[in-house]
Amino acid sequence: MAILVKPNTKVLIQGITGSFGARHAQLSIDYGSQVVAGVTPGKGGQFFEHGGKKVPIFDTVADAVKQTGARASAIFVPPPFAGDAILEAVDAGIELAVAITEGIPVNDMIKVKRAMEGKKTRLIGPNCPGVVTPGEGKDSHGGCRIGIAPGYIHKKGNIGVVSRSGTLTYEAVWQLTSRGIGQSTCVGIGGDPVNGTSHLDVIKLFNDDPETTGIIMIGEIGGSAEEEAAEWIAKNCKKPVAGFIAGTTAPPGRRMGHAGAIVSGGKGTAEAKIASFKAAGIGVAATPSDMADTLLKMM
Amino acid sequence: MNIHEYQAKQLLAQYGVAVPPGDVCSTPEQAKTVAEKLFGAGNKLVVVKSQIHAGGRGKGTFKSGFQGGVKLCKSVEDVHEKAKAMLGQVLVTKQTGPEGRLVSKLLVAAAEEIKKEFYLAVLLDRETSRPLIMASTEGGMDIEEVAEKHPEKIIKEQIDPAVGIMPYQARKIASALGLKGDAFNSGVKLLMGVYKTWWECDASMVEINPLCIVVGADGKESLCAVDAKIGLDDNALYRHKNIQEMRDLAEEAPLEIEASKYALNYIKLDGSIACLVNGAGLAMATMDIIQHFGAMPANFLDVGGGASKEQVTAAFKIILQDPNVKGILVNIFGGIMDCNVIATGIVAAVKETGLNLPLVVRLEGNNVIAGKKTLAESGLTLIAGDTMADAAQKVVKAVLK
Repeated sequence: MAILVKPNTKVLIQGITGSFGARHAQLSIDYGSQVVAGVTPGKGGQFFEHGGKKVPIFDTVADAVKQTGARASAIFVPPPFAGDAILEAVDAGIELAVAITEGIPVNDMIKVKRAMEGKKTRLIGPNCPGVVTPGEGKDSHGGCRIGIAPGYIHKKGNIGVVSRSGTLTYEAVWQLTSRGIGQSTCVGIGGDPVNGTSHLDVIKLFNDDPETTGIIMIGEIGGSAEEEAAEWIAKNCKKPVAGFIAGTTAPPGRRMGHAGAIVSGGKGTAEAKIASFKAAGIGVAATPSDMADTLLKMM
Repeated sequence: MNIHEYQAKQLLAQYGVAVPPGDVCSTPEQAKTVAEKLFGAGNKLVVVKSQIHAGGRGKGTFKSGFQGGVKLCKSVEDVHEKAKAMLGQVLVTKQTGPEGRLVSKLLVAAAEEIKKEFYLAVLLDRETSRPLIMASTEGGMDIEEVAEKHPEKIIKEQIDPAVGIMPYQARKIASALGLKGDAFNSGVKLLMGVYKTWWECDASMVEINPLCIVVGADGKESLCAVDAKIGLDDNALYRHKNIQEMRDLAEEAPLEIEASKYALNYIKLDGSIACLVNGAGLAMATMDIIQHFGAMPANFLDVGGGASKEQVTAAFKIILQDPNVKGILVNIFGGIMDCNVIATGIVAAVKETGLNLPLVVRLEGNNVIAGKKTLAESGLTLIAGDTMADAAQKVVKAVLK
């Protein structure tokens, strides 16, 4: 089952001809993901060629969806135009829009999120590594990779991973894979203060997914999304959850790389988040090296 | 990005927010000229305010021994004297740390008669992803303290970004603050302007503390932003050329400015172990694991997802300029990035900088075997770490022994 995407999910890529988008389109094709279309305004009718595949390029997302039946989109559009690109995907009826773009103005995302109210599209990100559902082949080949995560570190299995940070997600996934433990789906929800999908949204999906038997939840300083998820987990989650919170040593009032990683007005501290995890029965990894082992001990 | 109080007031004034009349000065003579105008216009008191990006100015102390970074003056001569005592001096407040900040600009403004003080802020409510106006009758106080002790005294009004602030919302807040008559109407206008400043300038926060009822020469009451603080969304600066020009490099740590030239995300801290990491989350986690094993991180440093050899070299040079650094931990999870490229960069950087501090390197990911081989054959005396925990323990041990 997995969540959000399956190996046969048809994916389109907005911004497929930019250097960043093109590089990761190639890697997704190499991974065996079903990349069926690209969108670059003004380049409709051309093809994106890689590894013997010819992926048609369209001027609009609506055309691409109509012609190819794509249901998920990876957005690699530069920050000033990314809000528009997300809403174009929403308008075209895309079910899952994954915004990789880092550096979108907060006010643009406030407007985008408001405009998405009541729409069927789920947004992951922005400023995120994307979503991977590992496949059955060698190095998890044949899975669905949307975004920029390294595909080969994954292994098909039953642990769900959700995180605000890209490299910490890879760290957790790699710890699992090197212990012979696979993942159902790995979701990077992004490091911005306004994002489409929260920890809690993903936890609920994992809780309902019969293939997922345990969850790793990685958070960091800023906001209160981890606390909200912990509260729900305490009351409703049927599966073991282990977690890690980054930023215990971060100075207050400073943005730690991610736009959303900031302790402001005494809110969003690592201490508060760790306390909420403990209160909810979530296994807290003492160091980022112990994320996988903490979960495995609970299972 | 943060800006000075006088710059914040310039932005607010553009959106119709009343601020006390005054001007920014960088010499005692300019301060004198501004003071002459203000006293000449009938003001009885003039305030001289140090312009630094830190709070607690009024209770601060200059390294010269002069007390207070904000002074009320009754005459032109008084303003001139105070300006001489403050300009070019280093002010230490509870927020600046012991090193303090150099005061090179003063805001000289009319100090009008204040009848009542309030607190007002506009910020992003992360739980709802909507703008939020917060106001309180407890002006001049620390809002966190008010929130903790008297949460009922905080008025909150959420704004629907589809329509922006509606006048009725400003009227609701004005009424909740107990404003009446002239002050009510003036308050509504000010609230609309403060929200517009937040939205149109892409601010992350606008804080007016205190917001005051002042009494004009005609006896009429009106609302005035007596102090103002604005933080801006760095991601939106590209569309605000006027605000970009407000950046004051003197307020930023020199190493952080240097790092920003190489697109490196560096924040200086007080510990002894420098770290060089790819990815913000992993960089924070690396700082945390150093503390877990008994030492403290000297910095946060994210070299990003596609670090080049030049960036790695620049990063080494920057962290080595911090005299507190006694050891270095490199932690790279090269998912897509080729670990061998990183290893080559590390070797080049170590040779170029003549590094003689303990260096622990943990490499994982794409082409890691070649990367480890490059490090092993480099002839450098570096220590290899297998996992994050192993690497952190090794660097802590090397530094503390």
